[in-house]
Amino acid sequence: MYLFGRRIDASQIIVWIIGGVLFLLVLIGSISTLLTERYTVKQWLDFIIFGAAQGGIYALIALGYTMVYGVLRLINFAHGEVFMSGAFSAYFLAAALDKAMLLNRYPIPCLLVIAFLSAAVSATVAVCLERIAYRPLRRAPRLVNLITAIGASFFLQYTFRGLYGSGVEVYPDIAILKGDFWGIRKTLLVVCGSALAMLGILYAFIQGTKTGRAIRAISEDLETAALMGVDVDQTIAITFAVGGSTAGIAGVLYALIFSQVNFFMGFVPGMKAFTAAVMGGIGNVPGAALGGFLLGIFEAVGPSLFLDGLGIPAANQLKDVIAFTLLVLILIFRPTGLLGERLAVKRT
Amino acid sequence: MLTLNAIHSYYGQIHALKGVSFTVEKGEIVTLIGSNGAGKTTTLNTISGLIKPRSGEILFEGQRIDNLAPHEIAKRGISQSPEGRKIFGRMTVRENLEMGAFNRKDQAGIRHDLAQILELFPRLRERFNQSGGTLSGGEQQMLAIGRALMSRPRILTLDEPSMGLAPILVAQIFKIICDINQQGTTILLIEQNAQMALSIATRGYVLETGQIVLQGPAKDLLASPQVRKAYLGG
Repeated sequence: MYLFGRRIDASQIIVWIIGGVLFLLVLIGSISTLLTERYTVKQWLDFIIFGAAQGGIYALIALGYTMVYGVLRLINFAHGEVFMSGAFSAYFLAAALDKAMLLNRYPIPCLLVIAFLSAAVSATVAVCLERIAYRPLRRAPRLVNLITAIGASFFLQYTFRGLYGSGVEVYPDIAILKGDFWGIRKTLLVVCGSALAMLGILYAFIQGTKTGRAIRAISEDLETAALMGVDVDQTIAITFAVGGSTAGIAGVLYALIFSQVNFFMGFVPGMKAFTAAVMGGIGNVPGAALGGFLLGIFEAVGPSLFLDGLGIPAANQLKDVIAFTLLVLILIFRPTGLLGERLAVKRT
Repeated sequence: MLTLNAIHSYYGQIHALKGVSFTVEKGEIVTLIGSNGAGKTTTLNTISGLIKPRSGEILFEGQRIDNLAPHEIAKRGISQSPEGRKIFGRMTVRENLEMGAFNRKDQAGIRHDLAQILELFPRLRERFNQSGGTLSGGEQQMLAIGRALMSRPRILTLDEPSMGLAPILVAQIFKIICDINQQGTTILLIEQNAQMALSIATRGYVLETGQIVLQGPAKDLLASPQVRKAYLGG
């Protein structure tokens, strides 16, 4: 069939119709929500800020996915567990500091120590993962690596379950983060600010340092990077360490907002962050950050904005549906992600 | 300076090099010619460590290098301008050149060499902050050679620098290769364009299905009926 002089096949039309219907639903839902004035401007702002904080966490985790994909063309499905191990370390350290009555006496140094330790633990887990699970399989077909990644993910989950049980551990309160600042929850501000700062540092690292340049060179062409004298194994390990430590920080921030940890907590944020990385264009670092924030905000605003207006009850429980529908839509209309390169055009 | 002794290499399942031996002496331009699939690129990749030989040995300045990783071989002073140029397309020309100097720490020397390479290839100066992917084929070839020179190599290996270029550009590139050699860099040149390669080389080797079938001074090879028939169109 031809349309506007271009050849179009039937499946494409169906896809466009689905996309169009979804878009219409979103539009109708949003308009009817806005017309009924169900929420105040203040409430919308709260949604957006909560979404941005959550999105910052997704962005930090997504960076690990996207950087590892860049150097190894591997989706590291155990990355969610790297994040979980960071959150767990944060919990143990915070609980210990709380018991020693230090946490609320010196909150800021304590938080910095917690962040540092969690980043270190997550980086260690990520580097071990690379060394034990992925490096021996560097030359194996990609499917083998993917299955290993899933296996490693289960291994880590159930190791933590075995060590610390399957219950939910509750994070100690940090008095300094309680309450509001200019009408916004302080925790959210701290999370947003830290996430943005981390993203900035990471971007500067990748663009501005020699190691960052080596990582970019390997992402483009591993063999040529080796010819330039880049130690490929070492640089890949550094990539895992960097991705791991940002995931560890994300774990700390996550624990600040949701104030609980358990062994399974890495799965859903891991999936969401993977979604964010794909949305932004996997392998693209700014794309992962953009995808993370976008997904977080969509998830926070979406249920109230689109679904309430359509009269769907308990819309908030459908936020995951919104997240993954967004992924499907982006994959339909922009398969390479928002900032991804178009692979159909040749890649040299 | 560089010696290959009875090298056997596999390219995937294919037995690509069947006992290749040759030497490159300091200050020479040595060329390895042969048709498509003769094993020329496999030879270079074996030297640079991207492919590990199954048997045989490679000596560089008297030391075995065939069991080293590619980055260690690069560190010893063997630099490669790979087949198909392999520019980092998302990096700028500047970053590409800096990648070439990855293992160097002498900032002053790097700046000096950068200036010299931009002198050698004025086009690269014009494109200095452009990303590598936007360059034309000829400019990319210049960038690939410049990048390989940035490591200040003891031996520069070039894999088909004439590939896909217009004849006038090929002549220009070969002129520059001669200049580089005159400034003291030893060169191992791999070419399908046997005429051009032999016209600038000191010595040549002819590779056929993984074996050296002919060798000698470049002038003799140019005159040899066997080479003329197979590679120079009669």
